[in-house]
Amino acid sequence: MKYILLVAIPYVFVLGLAAFSDVEVPPIDSEQVGFRGTGMVEVSNPRIEAKLAEANQPPDELGSVEPGGDLAKDIYENVQVLGDLTDDEFNHFMLGVTTWVAPEEGCGYCHNEENFASDEKYTKIVSRRMMQMTQTINKEYTDHVGAVGVNCYTCHRGNHVPEYVWTNEDYHPQADKGFAASRNGQNLAVDVNGHTSLPYNAMTQLLTSPDPQIRVAADRALPTRAGGQTIQLTESTYSLMINMSEGLGVSCNFCHNSRAFSDWSQSSDKRVKAFHGINMVQHLNAEYLDPLASALPENRLGPNGDAPKAMCKTCHQGINRPMYGWEALTDHPKALVAQ
Amino acid sequence: MFKPEYQNIFTQVQVHGPADLGVETETGVWERGNQTWTSYWMGKIGDAQIGPLYLGSLGVASIMCGVTWFVMVGLNMLAQVGWDPIEFIRQLFWLSLDPPAPKYGLSFPPMAEGGWYLLSSSFLVVAVMLWWARVYTRAKAHGMGTHVAWAFASAIWLFLVLGLIRPVLMGSWSEAVPYGIFSHLDWTAAFSIRYGNLFYNPFHMLSIAFLYGSALLFAMHAGTILAVSRYGGEREIEQIVDRGTASERAALFWRWTMGFNATMESIHRWAWWFAVFTTLTGGIGILLSGTVVDNWYLWGVKHGNAPPYPDVFGGTVDPMSSGAAQ
Repeated sequence: MKYILLVAIPYVFVLGLAAFSDVEVPPIDSEQVGFRGTGMVEVSNPRIEAKLAEANQPPDELGSVEPGGDLAKDIYENVQVLGDLTDDEFNHFMLGVTTWVAPEEGCGYCHNEENFASDEKYTKIVSRRMMQMTQTINKEYTDHVGAVGVNCYTCHRGNHVPEYVWTNEDYHPQADKGFAASRNGQNLAVDVNGHTSLPYNAMTQLLTSPDPQIRVAADRALPTRAGGQTIQLTESTYSLMINMSEGLGVSCNFCHNSRAFSDWSQSSDKRVKAFHGINMVQHLNAEYLDPLASALPENRLGPNGDAPKAMCKTCHQGINRPMYGWEALTDHPKALVAQ
Repeated sequence: MFKPEYQNIFTQVQVHGPADLGVETETGVWERGNQTWTSYWMGKIGDAQIGPLYLGSLGVASIMCGVTWFVMVGLNMLAQVGWDPIEFIRQLFWLSLDPPAPKYGLSFPPMAEGGWYLLSSSFLVVAVMLWWARVYTRAKAHGMGTHVAWAFASAIWLFLVLGLIRPVLMGSWSEAVPYGIFSHLDWTAAFSIRYGNLFYNPFHMLSIAFLYGSALLFAMHAGTILAVSRYGGEREIEQIVDRGTASERAALFWRWTMGFNATMESIHRWAWWFAVFTTLTGGIGILLSGTVVDNWYLWGVKHGNAPPYPDVFGGTVDPMSSGAAQ
């Protein structure tokens, strides 16, 4: 009896630890996605997948409208972006935007209901810019969004501000800024770095301007006089990749063969999509989202006064194709694509 | 079902007798202490007798330098959480004292941006070197061989390559390893990714082989000796020249199971060299990364030790090669 206890205690201890951690209970599904023996296997937990599926349902269809009729720009004042829609298309799209972004407040969330043409509410300024952004995505970034495209709901899901956005954070304050070693933008467990001690400001570095270098591994066997990338940039890229992986609910080998992360010829075709996605988010943050800081009130800004920005998770929300490839352009093909 | 007397983790025999003060030795400027005491609980895992202690000048200087490094790292971590002891404990595994940014090269950066790292590192290097000297001089003073000191030197080689030799060759202190639990692990992973997968580094392969080999030899040797302890098998040194039944049973056991056997002498030479080669080859592997080879995977392809796999993705092409900007 004594010996059974001695053996049982460590097992109970380990199982107890597991119960209080985020260890997933088996069985776990796995699917081979690359050549055998390369470890290119996608694992998924059917119970978590079921919850994700529930949380990522597309909204109700809004139907379509008959073509024809007068144009919005001829009927309404101050229609800067959607003027070429017909009256029906215009109002039908406004209904969509309201359902997707401000279902509780309705028109009044953005408009002065006494004077719909007025730009007095900041939310209207922001909406207009977001419509331009959406149109740009659906026209210029089809390499990433494909034919299904995106609309307001892809990110907003009924919220005024999409749930998964980011700003430049300081997180835990440092005692004195002068003499003690700086935290260096890392070494803190937060969601954006997947609770590692990798840089938590990797997105500030790598997702806010159109042309940052995230390729860190050397593309040749031997060093050159010019030198290569630093360990620090490698850690930032690593952090960005973890963020991406969490955002899409996939592991590294969804795109990469981990024996040679940088080698395209061994990567899955998903990596090309992801490449265009990174490219897209860099442009959207630089051209559309970051500049909104001047339009937004203080309570919408981050602690350092910058506007909320996009990352992979903003649209994907844990699924490698947002809402499992929901066709977002069907109901409003004209309003959502730059003409 | 269980036979705990043979399978116990803990020492089964504790000798509590008159204190063993050791042989007379030269002690330098310091007098060797003669205080000893016994601990039942230490006796569970080692010798129950603690002491006599002898730190000497080298030991005292080493501990002072080591404590200085430790306190510098700890206080900087504490400052990073606003001197909050609870946050310090909560975030301890994530906290880190990082080396300077790449822009500082080999210059001395402001204290807040890596200065503390370099200053504390200098104390750590001195502490480790002094402790090595202490291990060496204590062995000499006791009339022993200096095997332990040279094995320790092999570990110090890897330590110096990581924190001193390689950063200097690369021209930047930013190449050094951060002082933190998770941060040094992240550094390790990032290092492998940056240099195209360390698994294709032949010295990394050797180091792993020696590391796992050390564990295997340790298990085989310890298992063998415990298994023949009922025949006096733990008297290994005498049995080098006078084998006796314990050695003979153990030797025959290994000839039966794997065809040949070590001797009571050779097993220790094997173990020592395996341990020494682990860090010696590891240090060479790190030293060559970035200085001589920039991508170990591509180097492996070039020299035929990274096999190609069939393309199952239909030829994925780098979008940048067709002109897309990133």
